[in-house]
Amino acid sequence: MLQIKNLTKIYDGGVKALDNVSFDVPDGQFLAVIGLSGSGKSTLLRCINRLIEPTEGQILWNGEDITAASQEEMRRIRRKIGMVFQHFNLVHRSKVITNVLAGRLGYINPAWSLINRFPKEDIEKAIKQLERVGIAEKANQRADELSGGQQQRVGIARALMQDPQIMLADEPVASLDPVLAHSIMSHLEDINKNDGVTVLCSLHFLDLVHRYADKVVALNEGKLVFEGLPKDIDDEKFKEIYGRDAERVG
Amino acid sequence: MNNNKKPSLWNSIKVGLLTFLTLMIFAYGFQVTKVNLEELRSERRQESFVRIMRALARPEIFEYEQVEEVVNYPFYTPCPPDQSVLLAPDINTLEPYIIVTPACAEPGAIVQVEGFNFAPNTTGPVRFVPGNDPSNVVTLGRENAKTDINGDFTVSMEIPKRPSDDVQYIRVILRRNVGAPHFTQTAHDTWDKIIETVFLALLATVLGTILAIPLSFIAARNLMKTVKSPLTSIALSTLGWPLGMLIGFIAIRWVGNFSAAIGSNILVNLASILILPLLIQFGLRWAMPQVETTTPSQSMKFARIGIILLSALLGFYVFFQLASLAMRLGNTLQASLGSFGFLGFFLFQMGDIIAILTPSIGALAAGGTLSSILGRLGQQSSERLPIPAIKTLNLILTPAAIAMVFVLIGQVLEWLYEFDTPLYTLWGPMAIGAGLGLLLAVMTKPKESLPIGLLIYSVTRTILNALRSVEALVMAIVFVIAVGIGPFAGTLALGLHTIVSLAKLYSEQVESILAGPLEAIQATGANRLQTIIYAVVPQIVPPYISYTMYRWDINVRMSTIIGFVGGGGIGFLLQQNINLLNYRAASAQMLAIAIVVSLMDYISSVLREKVV
Repeated sequence: MLQIKNLTKIYDGGVKALDNVSFDVPDGQFLAVIGLSGSGKSTLLRCINRLIEPTEGQILWNGEDITAASQEEMRRIRRKIGMVFQHFNLVHRSKVITNVLAGRLGYINPAWSLINRFPKEDIEKAIKQLERVGIAEKANQRADELSGGQQQRVGIARALMQDPQIMLADEPVASLDPVLAHSIMSHLEDINKNDGVTVLCSLHFLDLVHRYADKVVALNEGKLVFEGLPKDIDDEKFKEIYGRDAERVG
Repeated sequence: MNNNKKPSLWNSIKVGLLTFLTLMIFAYGFQVTKVNLEELRSERRQESFVRIMRALARPEIFEYEQVEEVVNYPFYTPCPPDQSVLLAPDINTLEPYIIVTPACAEPGAIVQVEGFNFAPNTTGPVRFVPGNDPSNVVTLGRENAKTDINGDFTVSMEIPKRPSDDVQYIRVILRRNVGAPHFTQTAHDTWDKIIETVFLALLATVLGTILAIPLSFIAARNLMKTVKSPLTSIALSTLGWPLGMLIGFIAIRWVGNFSAAIGSNILVNLASILILPLLIQFGLRWAMPQVETTTPSQSMKFARIGIILLSALLGFYVFFQLASLAMRLGNTLQASLGSFGFLGFFLFQMGDIIAILTPSIGALAAGGTLSSILGRLGQQSSERLPIPAIKTLNLILTPAAIAMVFVLIGQVLEWLYEFDTPLYTLWGPMAIGAGLGLLLAVMTKPKESLPIGLLIYSVTRTILNALRSVEALVMAIVFVIAVGIGPFAGTLALGLHTIVSLAKLYSEQVESILAGPLEAIQATGANRLQTIIYAVVPQIVPPYISYTMYRWDINVRMSTIIGFVGGGGIGFLLQQNINLLNYRAASAQMLAIAIVVSLMDYISSVLREKVV
């Protein structure tokens, strides 16, 4: 169970990206986070693994306060939270297999990373994850030689290497075409349904939300404006989330 | 919109003023740089200029064995009262001879010098030899003779104003080349020195690159911005540095003495070097498991730390043994390898370098380790202890840490300026530091994280910029005094300059990497070191390589002039020849520099294409 309590983030420039946001995510749920660009979706997801330090509020995960964790505890917490990104965030010049293995860094003794050594089991595991997302044959290519859809699958394989209990997905399909979008989303769905991983995924397209999400939270200018089931987003709610002038697409 | 608006009066005035201003600036520039074409037109200048250009155009690289035909012609100036002393030369001979008409002349007169029976197509000087000694090497005049296919020549020359009652001489020396061309001594010297130059640049670049890489991470804003620690941790790790260095230095010196006492024969050397590393590896593997899923117990942690410490000490012992072995082997090899003796020399020097550097490395390592352990301790205590306890801790530790830094600075000043008053260099700084520390400890909230990274970044940047502004030539002067005239001083000077300038260039590359991968690697739970290795390093490899190449290129060029101040390399030779007005030799050296620099340029561009 992940509990967000009164989470507020004010950036150095005074921008209030999150404003007193609270909601709960039960284990195994597929939660979609929607809202306009700049509504605070990315900030919310990054506060959960503290890539961004929240200004106020708490994030409790199974009762443990993530916001109060020390650096060492954070290492232990982060390795159980996988993350995929809109721009994939692969290390371009490294090989695909190295990018995937990087998912194990939270488990490995840093001294061994100095000489770029991974245990044999991890390498086998990495191949398995690449097979799972269907690009095992690309393992020894450079990451930037892959297409966008393939890169995002490497990103998912990297997150899977962490044996995550939570998966954060920050607009994972926003840089991809609709066909690829469904392929990536179905990987996430597979992870959610078969591995029981809680997924928090920010999305732009409502049809993807309807198709994949169990529950939806919507943000507007940092405030939580909707929390409920996808089918409950009617035209009125839609206008509330996206503003009066918004038109539905897709 | 009116696009084809006519230029207004104001615009015209502006353009006019601007043109006038430009002219003024240029006019003043002429005055300042002393443009003087009158000088260029003077005959004396032109003559010298032509002479130097011709000398430069003929670098002294090849020479032939030469045979000379020398003829001295007795000549009177002014004409003697007794004309019978004027000998008519024997013209029925096959030997070379010259005839001067008139046979005697007033000083300043023009005479005709004709030569016969010389070797055809040879050239050489025609000179007036003052004094009555035909072997005198001091000669006057500037005429040159060139024989035709019959071996004859005619030259007119002016008799210099050296009147004498005694006989003087007019000398003709005609030289011709025989045999195949061969390299001159200058060419040999130039070759030796250019090789020295290239290696000087290579060593300086390697040394500089190795040290610049870690520095560049500290000097990168984007990496350091996120480094924040609570005050307790900062104070403790500041105290840890000198303490650790002291302990480390003492420990390593003890190990060194131990090693010197034991390792006096080659078998012990070999045994230590072969067996101990295995033991160390075994110990480290046990103490640092690759994957750690559960937090180890306290006693386990202590056992591990003990093993790691022991391994470190053993490691340094191996270093000392290695040094001793290398020096011994090197000595033997240098004597027995003949022309490959330089390998032995290298081995010996490497051993010496290891022996000299090991205590410093050990001290640094111990300092860093103790500092990071104490820092972590500080971090944990500020996370766990109650607020009043932290506050008290800060009130004690912060003044101590800052006072210590100030005292160290004071001691450096004492060393530099010899104040000899402990009030200024010991007690004063200590009091000020303690006061500042107290102030800081009172002002800071106990759990607040301070941006220590930015402070380190700023200090590093400042030092780098200050050092970078010192020209390598100036550094060379200092090093020449420290280690003596020669290429070693040049290597150190160029190396130091390479460190500071590469660290800056590198750090700017680190600052311009993509933030995305960094974020992604952090999200996996990687710590700072792992993030640098897996997210930063892969991104900066290409620019680092290309900057290193560029720097090598610069170092080759710099090393050609570092010799001007005694830093070794070809510069020494070049400067010497310029000062001796030996332009043909200087030209050979300039040619060598040009060839090496353009070769370097070519090689580095090829390598860059291959690697990047």
